[in-house]
Amino acid sequence: MQHIMTKNDYRKYVDKVSPNSKTVRNTLRAFVVGGFICMIGQFFMNSFKQMGLDQEVTSSLTSIVMIFLGVSLTALNLYDDLGKFAGAGSIVPITGFANAVASPAIEYKSEGYVLGIGARMFLIAGPVLVYGISMSIIAGIFRYLLKH
Amino acid sequence: MRETVMQYLNAFAIGGLICSAGQVLIDKTKLTPARILVLFVSMGVVLTALGVYQGIVDVGGAGATIPLTGFGYSLAKGAFRDVDKYGLLGAFTGGIRATAAGVAAAVFFSYLAAVAFKPRAKS
Amino acid sequence: MLEKKAGKQTSQLQKFPSIIATASIVGPKEGKGPLADYFDQAVDDEFWGEKSWEKAESKFMREVLAKVVSKASMAMDALDFVIAGDLLNQCIAANFGIRESNIPFYGIYGACSTIGEAMQLGAALIEGGFAFNVACLTSSHFCSAEKQFRFPLELGSQRHPTAQWTVTGSGGIILSAEGDGPYITRFTTGKIVDMGIKDQNNMGAAMAPAAADTIYAHFEDTGLSPDYYDMIVTGDLGKVGKRITEDLLSSNGIRISKLLNDCGLMIFDSKQDVHAGGSGCGCAATVFAGFLYDRLKKGKLNRILFVPTGALLSPTSVQQGETIPCIAHAVAIENTKGVNQ
Repeated sequence: MQHIMTKNDYRKYVDKVSPNSKTVRNTLRAFVVGGFICMIGQFFMNSFKQMGLDQEVTSSLTSIVMIFLGVSLTALNLYDDLGKFAGAGSIVPITGFANAVASPAIEYKSEGYVLGIGARMFLIAGPVLVYGISMSIIAGIFRYLLKH
Repeated sequence: MRETVMQYLNAFAIGGLICSAGQVLIDKTKLTPARILVLFVSMGVVLTALGVYQGIVDVGGAGATIPLTGFGYSLAKGAFRDVDKYGLLGAFTGGIRATAAGVAAAVFFSYLAAVAFKPRAKS
Repeated sequence: MLEKKAGKQTSQLQKFPSIIATASIVGPKEGKGPLADYFDQAVDDEFWGEKSWEKAESKFMREVLAKVVSKASMAMDALDFVIAGDLLNQCIAANFGIRESNIPFYGIYGACSTIGEAMQLGAALIEGGFAFNVACLTSSHFCSAEKQFRFPLELGSQRHPTAQWTVTGSGGIILSAEGDGPYITRFTTGKIVDMGIKDQNNMGAAMAPAAADTIYAHFEDTGLSPDYYDMIVTGDLGKVGKRITEDLLSSNGIRISKLLNDCGLMIFDSKQDVHAGGSGCGCAATVFAGFLYDRLKKGKLNRILFVPTGALLSPTSVQQGETIPCIAHAVAIENTKGVNQ
């Protein structure tokens, strides 16, 4: 067959005929669900503060509770349905990080407790720790250099 | 009372906006979830280091700390605090110290979940 | 001069291997689709009593082999060869599914085009006098494919509207040197075609040029006109890929919009939330073994050109930023022994 298009033209043509994501609808959903998850976080923060706990303990406890919720919904096979509806609304909050740790752990149990659960747990969340921690170290070094 | 309502609304609005930004990136750039998470945590670190993110946290509360950018904020803030306290060593200890609770919880709860539960097909 | 070869890519058969039996087993979602009545069995749990998705997929294949042999009323050892393949790394669904059968085995990989590749090789073995009965099987499983090619099932993510849904199921056929049809009369072996698409969520667009290339070659080599066939049915191009294939062929002077159908669009209803349509080695295999074979047997269709399509990517090639090479194999299946010279 004569390929009458170059690869470049073909890519442009494919972009034209392929349906796009419904960005407006998706963004609205992400806004509502993401905002709602943050309100839940705010609720726990306020509650812990009211119990007279200091800032640091409050934020640590809030993280733990939110992560517990994210992992629990993942274990009960619900977080994937939420994610299908909300997209980034449930990926970006810390519950999404919990989902990213728990979901491969559950999936790869069939490959064993060490190389399955243990190793694959960080399939998606590992990069977050690698880049987050590395960048915080770089930021800390800059801070040190600027002060001295 | 009024103050609490405003606090919740701010958390909703700021948190919602940060998630919306993620959605636009997913739809327009075809970035996978793993890349979105990396991008957001990195942005959190950078914005905090530049002194921008503290302002967002002051207004948004949990709306700014619950999204992954907030994880980056904690990492950077922790690193800065420990650098001020312990010098250069603090750059290495601060980030993980500040986020230890979350990371440990994610690892431990996920392990328990994996031991007790099975994946299920999507319908 | 090769007497059975036409043009560069097409083989014209003279012994006309007959498809004497087919069998198909599908998953729960496929069992609720428009073709539900045509499958031999629909299981209601993706694990099917096994401990992993991969073991379940092997079971699909093992059970389909048993079923197709019994539907052909033959003993297992009357098979001279089994040719099988799937999507998993090192084709483990086929290797483990066929493990206990004790029959000479060829494991092949052609991604979602595998059933077409198996039919062509099986027909060639029979045509060459090396085999009397050959079983061709393929399988895919939504969950094992997601795990290998995409994300863990419980990860909350959205699918792109051009993404396709891997069919859970296995289809098998038995080719025989003797039988009363339908017959494989000729086949066109595809070339790898890569038009530079990188997006693994738009496999239809990646595969369409390969489908168009093979269909074009088929008519070029044989001199037949498209309306010789009652239906031209591609493997799993989905909505986007089917449309592109029509466009590409029509700009090359071949108009087949009225004849063209796609297994990926036939197996699911558009309400089943499968985005652009079905895919996977099990897609074309179960649609052929279930629906198309029934239509041929009942004389509702008499001549079809069956064109399974495959995207030859791997998770590693995607991560390394490679484009997606694709292939399509065309097999002509007719109720009469055909007109080959």
